[in-house]
Amino acid sequence: MVSRLSLLLRHAVLIAGASVMLAPFILMVSISLKPPGEVFAPQFSLLPQQWYVAENYTAAFTRVPLARFILNGFFVTFCIFLMQALTALPMAYALAKLRFRGRETCFALVVLALLIPPQVPAIPLYIALWQLDLLNTYAGIILPSTISVFGIFMMRQFFRTVPNDLIAAARMDGLGEFAIVWRIMLPTALPALAAFACLSFIWNWNEFFWPFLIVQDEALMTPPLGIAFFSNAEAGTAFGPLMAAATAVTAPLVLAFLFAQRAFIQGVTMSGIK
Amino acid sequence: MRKVAPSSGLRRAEALAGYMLSLPAFILMWAMLLGPAVSVVLLSLTDWNFGEASLRWAGLENYVELWSDRVFWISLKNTIIYVGISVPATVILGLLAALLIESVAHGKAFYRAAFFVPVASTLLAMALVWEFMFHPTVGFINQLSAFIGLPTADWLQNPGTALFALIAIGVWQNLGLAMILFMAGLTAIPKDLYEALSMDGADGAWERFRRVTWPMLGPSLVFVVAITAIRSFQVFETVAVLTEGGPSKSTEVLLYTMVQQGFTFLRSSYGAAITVIFLIFTLGVTLLQTIALERRTHYG
Repeated sequence: MVSRLSLLLRHAVLIAGASVMLAPFILMVSISLKPPGEVFAPQFSLLPQQWYVAENYTAAFTRVPLARFILNGFFVTFCIFLMQALTALPMAYALAKLRFRGRETCFALVVLALLIPPQVPAIPLYIALWQLDLLNTYAGIILPSTISVFGIFMMRQFFRTVPNDLIAAARMDGLGEFAIVWRIMLPTALPALAAFACLSFIWNWNEFFWPFLIVQDEALMTPPLGIAFFSNAEAGTAFGPLMAAATAVTAPLVLAFLFAQRAFIQGVTMSGIK
Repeated sequence: MRKVAPSSGLRRAEALAGYMLSLPAFILMWAMLLGPAVSVVLLSLTDWNFGEASLRWAGLENYVELWSDRVFWISLKNTIIYVGISVPATVILGLLAALLIESVAHGKAFYRAAFFVPVASTLLAMALVWEFMFHPTVGFINQLSAFIGLPTADWLQNPGTALFALIAIGVWQNLGLAMILFMAGLTAIPKDLYEALSMDGADGAWERFRRVTWPMLGPSLVFVVAITAIRSFQVFETVAVLTEGGPSKSTEVLLYTMVQQGFTFLRSSYGAAITVIFLIFTLGVTLLQTIALERRTHYG
């Protein structure tokens, strides 16, 4: 009897906690359905009396180039992940499986780089991109994120668990080290790489600090920057369209998260970083 | 199969492959992370402002100026308050959530996802929702406060409450991360420790927590505290879109001050000095974490 009661109590606390955690999401969607008059109504109701979905979402996509922001988001995150994977996989393999002088030093540098918060290189990178005339370009947004020391670390840990026999057999078959990375290691690493892809997508989709510093051109804005721009332009009046835009920007992420929850949580548990 | 003794030729080929495969990442790592991190330290020792043609070695002048800069001290104080409150709150609530979720048989996956979604969501978009929740008249929070008889406020516009409003958003966002890391730590505790405890006759939930869970969770705890602290030091987005450091500097934090000096006022070297202070705090947290973990493994 007592344990029944305690179980019920625990569920009650958890449901209350989960409601608080989810409240902002529910509120966001709820406001995105309402006309301006109801947004500021003294009594809150979850669903609108007068549905205003088409108006709010049309406003969000026409008053600012929201579709463009979202496409920019996909383009930038895709390029970043591609570069991260292309550079991280070979180095991770070399650090895990090949013997060469300086390997330990190289790995120590990776670990050292892991300790540097992403905002620290901002000023020198900004100066360098200014000299190269790359401020306010896609290249400027993408370049600083093309290397992921976290990705190198994560893939190295994974490659260490791959049996040496597999690699020895591939060498017997006459495969070079370069071919081994892409034809033997990459297929075995797909689950780990998928987890890393999720993390990379979510982090870079949400990245605000760097694009905020170097992008002024509306056409280049990534989703978080675009939302901030919209919010500034409307100066806290058009809550309905603003929440519609926020919903549109958050939706791909929440979907990606729900799809790949297991991989994502594993990746985060491994790193804890960011 | 014939064993092949690795000849020196093969060795050299392997080493060469190692260098070639590491090279692209090695170059990018220096160009984007390590090089700029070293540059920021060097830049902070000059007097260079963005766009100037010449540069002079200034030694510690920027740091001397920081020492007497009122805004910098306000910023540092606010950052420490922010970290000092949000870290314990995040860690305690995250641990509580993890323990509760582990203790129920049904709905684990739902609860875990619900607590974790904020970690994966776009903070900037969610910050705007929070702005609405903190709205003085129609905001959820004031309506709730009024309903249960607590005082209401214009949370984000009041110098006495703005920083705490931002702390609430930060805790909401990071709590799920702490929870997930604690859950990983909890599953690593050997089950027979609990069995041994119940054979000793001590089987209450509190006894189990005090004698097994808490001591065994030590390394996870250190790790979670460090991660949460490092993330909290990086508070920036909510400040940039919701308060811009105000009202009257009450939410001015280190990274925001750095961006103001380095990018808005174009004082690159001064911004670099603030970056160095920020880096020192982050590395300090990591150092404390290492010390705490080593002490445990040696004497724990």
